[in-house]
Amino acid sequence: MFKTFVAAAGVAGLLASAASAADISGAGATFPAPVYAKWAETYKATTGTGLNYQAIGSGGGIKQIKAKTVDFGASDKPLKPEDLAAAGLYQFPTVVGGVVPVVNIPGINAGQIKLTGPMLAAIFYGQIKTWDDPVIAKANPGVKLPSMPITVVHRSDGSGTSFLFTSYLSMKSPAWASKVGASDSVNWPTGLGGKGNDGVSAFVKQTPGSIGYVEYAYAKQNKMAYVLVQNKNGKYPAPTAQDFAAAASGAKWAQAPGNYLLLLDQPGANSWPIVGATFILVYKNQENPAAGQQVLKFFDWAYKGGDAAAAQLDYVPLPLPVKNLIRKQWTTNVTAGGKPVYTGK
Amino acid sequence: MDRALRRKITNSVFIGLCGAATLVALAFLVMILWSLVAKGFGGLDAKIFTMTQPAPGSPGGLLNGILGSIMMCVLGMVLAVIVGILAGTWLAEYGGKTAYGQVVRFLNDVLLSAPSILVGLFVYEILVKPFHGFSGYAGGVALGLLAVPIVTRTTEDMLTLQPNTLREAGMALGAGRGFVIRSIIWKAAGAGLFTGGLLGFARISGETAPLLFTSLGNQFVNLKMSQPMGSLPTTIFQFALSAYDDWQRLAWVGALLIAVAVLAVNIVGRLVARETHRP
Amino acid sequence: MTATMMDSDTAPPRETAPGQSELSETIFRGLCFGAATLLLAALAGVVISLAIGGWPAFKQFGFGFFTSSAWDPVQENYGAAGPIVGTIVTSVLALIIALPLATGVSVFLVEFCPRNIAKPIAVAVELLAGIPSIVYGMWGLFVLAPWFAIHVQLPLMTDSANLPSWLSALVAGIPNGANIFTASLILAIMILPYMSAVFRELLLTIPAQVREAAYGLGSTNFEVVSKVMIPYVRRGAVGVVMLGLGRALGETMAVTFIIGNSHGFPHSLFDSGSTIASTIANEFAEATSDMHTAALIALGLVLFILTFAVLAVARLLLASEKH
Repeated sequence: MFKTFVAAAGVAGLLASAASAADISGAGATFPAPVYAKWAETYKATTGTGLNYQAIGSGGGIKQIKAKTVDFGASDKPLKPEDLAAAGLYQFPTVVGGVVPVVNIPGINAGQIKLTGPMLAAIFYGQIKTWDDPVIAKANPGVKLPSMPITVVHRSDGSGTSFLFTSYLSMKSPAWASKVGASDSVNWPTGLGGKGNDGVSAFVKQTPGSIGYVEYAYAKQNKMAYVLVQNKNGKYPAPTAQDFAAAASGAKWAQAPGNYLLLLDQPGANSWPIVGATFILVYKNQENPAAGQQVLKFFDWAYKGGDAAAAQLDYVPLPLPVKNLIRKQWTTNVTAGGKPVYTGK
Repeated sequence: MDRALRRKITNSVFIGLCGAATLVALAFLVMILWSLVAKGFGGLDAKIFTMTQPAPGSPGGLLNGILGSIMMCVLGMVLAVIVGILAGTWLAEYGGKTAYGQVVRFLNDVLLSAPSILVGLFVYEILVKPFHGFSGYAGGVALGLLAVPIVTRTTEDMLTLQPNTLREAGMALGAGRGFVIRSIIWKAAGAGLFTGGLLGFARISGETAPLLFTSLGNQFVNLKMSQPMGSLPTTIFQFALSAYDDWQRLAWVGALLIAVAVLAVNIVGRLVARETHRP
Repeated sequence: MTATMMDSDTAPPRETAPGQSELSETIFRGLCFGAATLLLAALAGVVISLAIGGWPAFKQFGFGFFTSSAWDPVQENYGAAGPIVGTIVTSVLALIIALPLATGVSVFLVEFCPRNIAKPIAVAVELLAGIPSIVYGMWGLFVLAPWFAIHVQLPLMTDSANLPSWLSALVAGIPNGANIFTASLILAIMILPYMSAVFRELLLTIPAQVREAAYGLGSTNFEVVSKVMIPYVRRGAVGVVMLGLGRALGETMAVTFIIGNSHGFPHSLFDSGSTIASTIANEFAEATSDMHTAALIALGLVLFILTFAVLAVARLLLASEKH
């Protein structure tokens, strides 16, 4: 009986070999996976081409594109220009997201606490140990801060969110930069690690007096009490899609070699200070021009018509001038035999 | 008199403790199943079995994951049962007491504790990287590697416990050793061998990490085992940790489906075994 | 059968039953041996690929890799001591919790349970093995951890003045339920069904005469079980322990969610820690630098070495006990 089942499965497999598998394959970053899935779904419905994207992590995406097992890789952390050159890769951004510190303090609601970058670094370093510390109190006159110990919650797994957050802390605190540094996974001086944004949210919600950091979508969906962080202009914008977009539109992509740009502490009265883009990695010299063309065609389509879907899922689309810049870059950066694989036609 | 009373009391306490242990195990089962059913049952509908996995906010089901999991689990279990039962038989009946047998047994137990992500990595190196592509075959092989030590271990233990009188009786009738094993010992240990297979299946039905590096995953239905295939655990893993309610609901439905599948295989398997053993 | 043999006077004396031959015997034995060797080859393959992948880390850190509790991906300084301690503590603790439970469950189902409900309960316990480990992880995080924090940790913390100092040191920690002890508890629930299912099968193979003889001598249930039944399946019982230990050492998802994931040594039972499997699972997908990846693979090899050592010790202990 068992053997019949196996035989039947085999026959079904043979019969189904006429069915089309995905035409483009990509793997990597978990942050944009939902929006890529949404785009892929609509793209298949309108053009018939299937895009199979799997979120195995930025490191996985980089490894797989280097091993040439996928058509494109995706990373929440941009590769440095020298790493790109060494591997023969080119990277471009697709969407933007923000990282939001969240707290669980009895009596405190969302947006009631203001912190500066250096204060955040001191808290996560373990230098500021209680909520009623004079430094915090000074920045928050009139707010009733309890005398509770601060429990730091960070990510246990490597992630682009951690990379953005620690990069920001390194920017704002020389002590953090030299002792801890910035990476998707660091040697956190204090606190406990939750797995994924979910794990951090759960720990923060369950531990009074705790502070953590999560992607914007999680803070919004779980209705968490977010913190206001001071930006370059000295203001305290709220973490919203408009304020992330404000940070993205002020950024100077044209001056960033290899598109290596972190949208941290960008100028603008409404710019949220901890913002970052997620990137696609493709080979500069395409061995399979047809596949390369399909990849760029997909993202061009997404640039043109995918903004609404992205916004609905709490992502921030790139500003139009940036998209046009990227399109121009494609003609010179992604080629086969000297000719661009995709020219927008 | 004193000693008899002491023995009686020890006995009653012992029975009580055994009963308590069973109650504790059942209590945990009920608690965890309750979470699973409460979160997953509401999402069960026909769409789960007819539509492929959706983007957040769109309608969809788990068809690609279900089919992929079935195909790769079948491949994995076929590999594990064949290699496991034969290897366990060799350890119990032929070479178990030799030095080579000691090494095999010992290393089998070590493989039992291998973190599944590392087994997946090994299969990646031999079946994915050289061929420049993820495939359902690689996924099935990785699952098989994870189940085989359980099947081997259980087979050896079960076969060793069969009384030697059975073997002696068979061979006294003139049958060869292999024939005795196949026709008498395997049948006598049948229920135990089935348990080994079931535990192996239970283990691999929920594994995610090894599949990420071997079959990768596929949000479309794909029945070609030489291409990336979706599976329930990878879908569950991605959806459960997302920020979207509909994705999380689908994740719980998927987890419920896996638990039900293991239960179904258990019940159906035992029923079939009972049927074939009717005189 | 005898009649058939006597009838064929002209046939040469057969050494095997009708239909069997030397060839099929050899083939069968060869297949079994081949399967055992295939198993060996697969394991050797895994170990070799780990050794190759992890070699850069061993070369860089040498023996210090085993003793250092540093884990700094930015400075590229890695040490396995923290995860090693976490792995050993959680696995041993899980086994200590699960072994008596598994024994109790299987003995109850075989000896004391009314026949008509024994089978359904056995199936129900085996169902625990079929629940995906990510469900255990999430149940642990969202249900067990808060309950533990409120009902166990907080009372112990507020009572700490009345506890002896060694106990209060043992239970110090942030009251959010994410610690070594709760991770061990989840692990114990996970390995329980494997151990009890196999143990029950083992007990069922004991011939009725053996048990009846013991009862016939006037023994109580406890004496029959402890002095006759369990020793009868002793060798298999070792296998049960190995099965449970093996699952506990390598389990990833269930532990990762609830162990708190802080590198370095845990300071108490209720402190957060990490295991080798959880560290690899957490960081492998995102690790970009070659040394980080190599360190994680090296960690995997360390787990194999650890398993070797633990199993070898277990075997020695049990072998010496036989005399």
